Amino acid sequence: MPDTQTKPKFRWHIVVFLAPAVLVYTAVMIYPLFNTLRLSLFTVIDQERVFVGLQNFRTLFGETVWSTQFWNALGNNFWFFVVHMLVQNPIGVALAAILSHPKLRFASFYRSAIFIPTILSFVIVGFAWKLILSPIWGIAPGMLDAVGLKSLYAPWLGKEAYALTALSLVSVWQFVGIPMMLIYAALLSIPDEILEAAEVEGITGFASFWKIKLPLILPSIGIISILTFVANFNAFDLIYAAQGALAGPDFSTDILGTFMYRTFFGFQLQLGDPHMGSTIASAMFAIILVGVCLYLFGIQSRMRRYQF
Amino acid sequence: MNAARQNRFNTVAAHGALILYTLIALFPVFVIVINSFKTRKAIFREPLALPNADSFSLIGYETVLKQGDFFLYFQNSMIVTVGSLFLILLFGAMAAFALAEYRFKGNLVMGLYLALGIMIPIRIGTVAILEMMVQTGLVNTLWALILVYTAQGLPLAVFILSEFMRQVSDDLKNAGRIDGLSEYRIFFRLVLPLVRPAMATVAVFNMIPIWNDLWFPLILAPAEEVKTLTLGSQVFIGQFVTDWNAVLSALSLAILPVMALYVIFSRQLIRGITSGAVK
Repeated sequence: MPDTQTKPKFRWHIVVFLAPAVLVYTAVMIYPLFNTLRLSLFTVIDQERVFVGLQNFRTLFGETVWSTQFWNALGNNFWFFVVHMLVQNPIGVALAAILSHPKLRFASFYRSAIFIPTILSFVIVGFAWKLILSPIWGIAPGMLDAVGLKSLYAPWLGKEAYALTALSLVSVWQFVGIPMMLIYAALLSIPDEILEAAEVEGITGFASFWKIKLPLILPSIGIISILTFVANFNAFDLIYAAQGALAGPDFSTDILGTFMYRTFFGFQLQLGDPHMGSTIASAMFAIILVGVCLYLFGIQSRMRRYQF
Repeated sequence: MNAARQNRFNTVAAHGALILYTLIALFPVFVIVINSFKTRKAIFREPLALPNADSFSLIGYETVLKQGDFFLYFQNSMIVTVGSLFLILLFGAMAAFALAEYRFKGNLVMGLYLALGIMIPIRIGTVAILEMMVQTGLVNTLWALILVYTAQGLPLAVFILSEFMRQVSDDLKNAGRIDGLSEYRIFFRLVLPLVRPAMATVAVFNMIPIWNDLWFPLILAPAEEVKTLTLGSQVFIGQFVTDWNAVLSALSLAILPVMALYVIFSRQLIRGITSGAVK
């Protein structure tokens, strides 16, 4: 509706509606985000903040003390992500596929029960699994013993070789409900006519899943992958709750989140260093940004979407 | 093969798989809760047995209630969660209404700007957030947490709510305008009540991550008077590591409120997720 005759009155109510959200969001999220990127270019010399350019990044990637820790955390973080992609998302899809079967009884009970771990805090999950896997309590060895596999037991969280995988699986256990729910929603939105048409052609059961449903839910799987990526690369809580800020044994469960926390906040005798902390945060920001861009431009834009 | 028989086999297999996974999902919670009601000896002798007259004990709960200030922590968590949800919903709905209802220069840019935060985690800015909270004297107050969670929740809230507000009928709003209602009244009286289901979805999505967060309480509000339940139980358990009764009871007490919330809101939560709010 063009109202060109008189100069339109300035619509103050738009400002009033937008202002609170924009102000809080800008002041508490966007500004600190860029300020953190800026702080990574500074350091403290004689209690004064001095601009040092990319010196902190040179330290992070160039000095062995820092770079070994950084690459270790990054590598661990990748493994953490890989375990989620290989275990959590396939299990989630499988559970959703079973649950979406139209004649299944008790579906809502299963759905609610399987989602329960997702609502628990990392503190509960971390400690609960720590206790269960602990050699002192003996639940895990006892249960393996019951099926005659006691020799397989090891104090997984205490062994460098297993601790990270064990914690990744604990995290998978906790979050499997999210891909399950999202895929379940996607599967429900597939119109019955398509499935019936396929059935007429003789495509049922597994074939119908692989040939009809899976291609149709690929966009949702893409969304889940990027959500998993972002969540994994700023994970912290579970490792901290189960293994402490030192991410033991011997940093074998250290991921970027715990590494940044230690650097920024300090631990034991090392003092916190906000500028190196910002540097690590900037590196995390870059990694997440690259992942999100790869998804948006590389995957999502090429994915075929079907409108029903 | 007989089709009916194969069908039954499939049903049994489906239930088998689901029951197995349900057991895996619930087992740790079950073990923690039953053992919290047992004596120390019974915890170690028969970890999988239910508490009976012999092994029943509330010693762990006594320690927890005596040593930890769990009521205070609970109250703090409540204030932070309810306060943040209120601000997310109010500010989010207002901004969503502005974006959905009015055509103005910069509408699209503003929408994209607010959507940035959906993908970028607020934790990346922690260093500067802490610095700002120290400068403004908000560190170790519940306000620091409320502000951070509000900022964190707004992007998705604006995104979801504006989708829903576009569906509110224009006729209704125009009828209101003809009756002389101000834009504010149209928003609060006509539009808000209609998008209540979407608001509930947003609330449920935000509630659990806020309640469970450990990172920001640890960094912004670690003082005793402002500890949230999540941080409080983390610290408590860290101190009582060898007192298994106390640890198990503290864990059970921490599970309790979340479970209660879940039982109340699970239908809303599941409907929210499955209604395609996150397409």
